[in-house]
Amino acid sequence: MYKLIIATYKEFLLLKRDLGGLAILFIMPLVLLITVTLIQNSAFVGNADVQIPIILIDNDKDELSSSIIENLHKNDSFEIVRTIEGVTIDEALANDLVLKGDYQLAIVIPENLTKNLNTKVSQNVAEVLEELGVEEESTKENIEISPQQIRMYFDPAAQSSFKNGVKSTIDKMVSKLETEAVYKAFQDELEIDEVNFSSGELFTFLEMNPQKNNVDIKPNSVQHNVPAWALFAIFFIIIPLSINVVAEKNQGTFVRLKTSPISYATSVFGKVFVYLAVCLLQFLLMLLVGFYVFPHLGLPEFSINGSYWLLFIVALFSGLAAIGVGILLGTLANTPEQSAPFGATSVVILAAIGGVWIPVFAMPELMQVVAKLSPMNWGLNGFYDVIIRNGEFADIVPEISLLGLFFLSMIFISIYYDKVKNAV
Amino acid sequence: MIIIDHISKKYKGTDFYSVEDLDLKIEEGEIFGLLGPNGAGKTTLISMLCGLLKPTSGSVSINELNFRDHKKKLQYLIGVVPQEYALYPTLTAYENLLYFGAMYGLKGKKLKKNIDDSLDSLGLTPFSHKRIKTFSGGMKRRVNLIAGILHQPKILFLDEPTVGVDVQSKNVIMKHLKKLNDNGATIIYTSHHMSEAQDFCSKVAIIDSGKVIIKGTPNELINSVDGAKRLEEVYLDLTGGELRDYV
Repeated sequence: MYKLIIATYKEFLLLKRDLGGLAILFIMPLVLLITVTLIQNSAFVGNADVQIPIILIDNDKDELSSSIIENLHKNDSFEIVRTIEGVTIDEALANDLVLKGDYQLAIVIPENLTKNLNTKVSQNVAEVLEELGVEEESTKENIEISPQQIRMYFDPAAQSSFKNGVKSTIDKMVSKLETEAVYKAFQDELEIDEVNFSSGELFTFLEMNPQKNNVDIKPNSVQHNVPAWALFAIFFIIIPLSINVVAEKNQGTFVRLKTSPISYATSVFGKVFVYLAVCLLQFLLMLLVGFYVFPHLGLPEFSINGSYWLLFIVALFSGLAAIGVGILLGTLANTPEQSAPFGATSVVILAAIGGVWIPVFAMPELMQVVAKLSPMNWGLNGFYDVIIRNGEFADIVPEISLLGLFFLSMIFISIYYDKVKNAV
Repeated sequence: MIIIDHISKKYKGTDFYSVEDLDLKIEEGEIFGLLGPNGAGKTTLISMLCGLLKPTSGSVSINELNFRDHKKKLQYLIGVVPQEYALYPTLTAYENLLYFGAMYGLKGKKLKKNIDDSLDSLGLTPFSHKRIKTFSGGMKRRVNLIAGILHQPKILFLDEPTVGVDVQSKNVIMKHLKKLNDNGATIIYTSHHMSEAQDFCSKVAIIDSGKVIIKGTPNELINSVDGAKRLEEVYLDLTGGELRDYV
């Protein structure tokens, strides 16, 4: 025990004396958290304060295109651009501008869209009324109208989520206008001026917040981002820790330690305690930033539904899992050039698999299975249990048990590997 | 007593033996010098003697104990002073010694006394709370030595303990080692300084290409070569004058 205390003290001194490294350990995760939360906040709240400029070419110049333009104006997400440097944009120029990435989207409304829609709807309504015997059979022959397309040019770099969002908005808008046209056609055919059909939606969706212990569970962007990116930052401890282990192996001190009556486990646990303290301090700092800095940056204040102690328990076990990976990596690697890039890449992979960027339910089936094996996924679920789902200790037991077992297995493999490698 | 019995070492990926079928006996209380050109196998041999390397074949026993079965016991019995500075540069001399002493189970007043006495004996007391990275080569060598002897080992392995130091530091180091030997410590040391070995060692072995080519007291070795007056002449006569560059 005495050796372990002194080994821990030595690690503490080594870390304390490396002021540059220490600053990076604490400052970079905070920079990461603030940057990513600021960026992701707008996505989370629906880009309400961001207007995307889009090109609109109106070849219809009639009622329908006017309605589309009016609706797009009402939609705060878009800023409509129709001319550039005083020149009206045509379809060829729009194609070039979008291709160059100057604009994310160009919408081209075709000629005679209103006329053709009205004709088609009138023909359909007349047929229905004839069938019902409300109207006499028409002697006029129906004009063949081919389906028309509202063409949308997307920047090739635009993400599919943006494309789908825009398409869905335009689709909804056109459907509404079509419905209005149908109502109007009936009114005209039946020659009834006084009835005002409501073209409003008959039903809407209302998002309900699930409750636990009479508390509404309605997470904000900060509650999503703080745990996810705090976890990401905690796992970045893998890099300095693995470099620390490798560096010690390559120093003369390694020879002395190998010939001293000190076990590798003592040496390893000296590092575990110090780096675990770093992880918890990092986490505490990130929480403080969430509480006190985010509101000054226009972000929602960080709040949790569950207990702070539970939050720190999840952080502690997540830190242990990350430290386990760092120790194993440092034990296996021969040079910092091996451990540093491998550590950095593996953190990013673990984060991707763990659902830090894309929710696990949105992943392909195989990756959903893989995600369940990622310690970052266990940590993330543990944090969400406490922060968002108002969870209790029993709720986080599965996650912290997995994280604890993962840590122990990493340490066991490291010690075993060292024993086999250095057997005399 | 240290018995080296037909020991050989061949590193992975090499097609030659760094140490080949080597036999030696080192008596208690001796100062035994392992001499030889670069690449002769001195460091490999000393690494096997202090349990750092596993021999490819043969065995080592120290006071009838071997590393496979009695590693912990032997680690308390021996002290190792590696060729490299085996110290943490950002820690002070005192912090380094506190750590390495504690690893041998020393604590409290005893540890502090051992550190203070050794620092005093090697002229480092005024610098005990300065960081190692600010030390000169000679000062580092002296702290390096103290870290290996804090627990007062019965057997001390030193791999070129005076390499790259000034005459003053070398003098202090050698005097201290002599004192340890007077107090009963067996010393096994490697060196390229033939005059130092001649004065310091009670016995020497000259090693080349992983084999012992001669062993005995310095005087026995000098007498074995016609006209030789110094150990260096014996050494050059036996190992040749050509350069020993190797990769």
